[in-house]
Amino acid sequence: MNEYSRKMVKVPTVNLLREQDMGKLPVLDVRNLGIDFGGLTAVDGFSITVGPTEISGLIGPNGAGKTTIFNLLTGVYQPTRGSVLINGIDIKGMPTHKVNKLGIARTFQNIRLFSDMSALDNVKVGMHNEIKCSFLASLLHLPSYYRAEATANQKAMELLDFMGLADVADVKAGSLPYGVQRRLEIVRALATNPSIILLDEPAAGMNPSETTELMHQIRRIRDTFHIAIFLIEHDMNLVMNVCEAIAVVNYGKIIAKGTPEEVRNNPAVIEAYLGREEDDA
Amino acid sequence: MKKLLNNKAARTNLITYLVVVLAFLAMQLMNSAGMLGSSMKGFLVPICVYISLAVSLNLLVGICGELSLGHAGFMGIGAFSGILIAALLKNTIPNDFLRLLCAMLGGGVFAGVVGFVIGVPVLRLRGDYLAIVTLAFGEIMKNIVGNLYAGTDAEGFHIAISTSRMPLGEGGKYIINGPLGATGIQKLATFSMGFLLVLFTLFVVLNLINSKEGRAIKAVRDNRIAAESVGINVTAFRMKAFVVSAFLAGMAGALFGLNYSSVTATKFNFNTSINILVFVVLGGMGNILGSVISATVLYILPEAMRSLQDYRMILYAIVLIVVMLCTWSPKVKEYLSVAADKALGIFRKKEVGTNE
Repeated sequence: MNEYSRKMVKVPTVNLLREQDMGKLPVLDVRNLGIDFGGLTAVDGFSITVGPTEISGLIGPNGAGKTTIFNLLTGVYQPTRGSVLINGIDIKGMPTHKVNKLGIARTFQNIRLFSDMSALDNVKVGMHNEIKCSFLASLLHLPSYYRAEATANQKAMELLDFMGLADVADVKAGSLPYGVQRRLEIVRALATNPSIILLDEPAAGMNPSETTELMHQIRRIRDTFHIAIFLIEHDMNLVMNVCEAIAVVNYGKIIAKGTPEEVRNNPAVIEAYLGREEDDA
Repeated sequence: MKKLLNNKAARTNLITYLVVVLAFLAMQLMNSAGMLGSSMKGFLVPICVYISLAVSLNLLVGICGELSLGHAGFMGIGAFSGILIAALLKNTIPNDFLRLLCAMLGGGVFAGVVGFVIGVPVLRLRGDYLAIVTLAFGEIMKNIVGNLYAGTDAEGFHIAISTSRMPLGEGGKYIINGPLGATGIQKLATFSMGFLLVLFTLFVVLNLINSKEGRAIKAVRDNRIAAESVGINVTAFRMKAFVVSAFLAGMAGALFGLNYSSVTATKFNFNTSINILVFVVLGGMGNILGSVISATVLYILPEAMRSLQDYRMILYAIVLIVVMLCTWSPKVKEYLSVAADKALGIFRKKEVGTNE
């Protein structure tokens, strides 16, 4: 037995589900996930379920394995143990682009935009599989190409407008300010028409007012598109305010799960972040 | 239509087409006025061929971001299959223009298929490794074509790849004669066809760039991991770019082969691949009009300097270095702009002086 398992708060996940998610297939169902890099166990025994319209968070100290978990969920890494089910389908052995088609999209901790392309084109790349236009049609610019492009342009502009980025549609993504790039990555992820999006530190590098704005936007994304959001974040203000369920990881293992209040008062979490209090007093 | 013209990409494309069409018309006019020397006339078709090769390689190197050093190999495959097709269809299709068209399409398809077959193993690699392997495949293609025998005799058509000469029966006539290459080719290539080829190449490449396929290809170049994360099959799109590029190179090769009375496989060696790459790099990676212009200028330059004999390649190299520095080095660019400002300043001062 490891020392954290004793301290783990046992909260049945179903209690955390929003009322409208009850009895529905979870959009993300992770069972006992683990990965070893050589002799190092980076993630072990990671289990979580995310309801169809749930906002949940993944927190933990630096190097706890949070981004590794995101890479496992999106098929960038193949897990050593356990399984990931997206909308009930096991992603085992699938390449990343196929996993995306199951309905999972993500943003990256170190922004990965197509920096030489305009913001609008970045979003249209995200819509790639949504644009119905054959190779021949795009090679010869047949009428169906123009129809598909017009629809794509309109939808991409709507999405940009949704995140308040319509003004920068024609600007090269690489020359946009940092905070705007982060939001553009979210728009690109939304453009793939996902049922869950993973946000890897969406507020990193943002000032407090931008972070507050982002909080509203995260809720608005869920309420408008009716999708689940799973985010990694170090900004506790954002996590505690916006997430309905939180999982805390340290050394690749879940040390606590629960509502923001439960997690905040959990001694194991406090220990992971602040260290153990000496008992000699 | 107004909206179309406001679109920056559409405007650049329009300019590219216009430049090519105007250049063609100017050449035709000069030709009919008898202003073109015989050597210049001989350049017309190869220039069209090299423009197509440069544009198609730009799709791979500039747009897709994959360095390929085997482009001449695809050109060679296209050339020899085109020559073969043209010779075999001599009696079936009497019309020269149609026969040339068939030969070019055949050359393109052949090169495209070879591109696909080579692409399966080669596209597992990236960057420098891909460049080296494409170089090797380019040489392999050249050597296979160099040992290809094809001919007709009383019994019909024969084809073989061997190191020793393939024997032909009574009344035998070689179309491709191993290391001696193809001889006795009927010269079908015309400047008009070259022009059509350039237009077709531009049409395909520019359309591709401005479609969802092109966006996906550029996305793969800019950020592979992000492209995968939004559901783009990276391998499939690199393959599409590779095959389309090979197809266009094959078409250009067929036109090139049918422009001479004899062609040997050694023409399609590493040097030619590098030359095409130089056109692309000098014209600007991903800049299609740049490829068109640099292919034209750099093809004519060494030919026009023939009178300088041995010095011409030195001059050619110097021109390359100077152009590279002027277009890419930030320091030289800055220096040039400062110098230009100064020159303009003197000019302005003089202007002011005369006004007083």
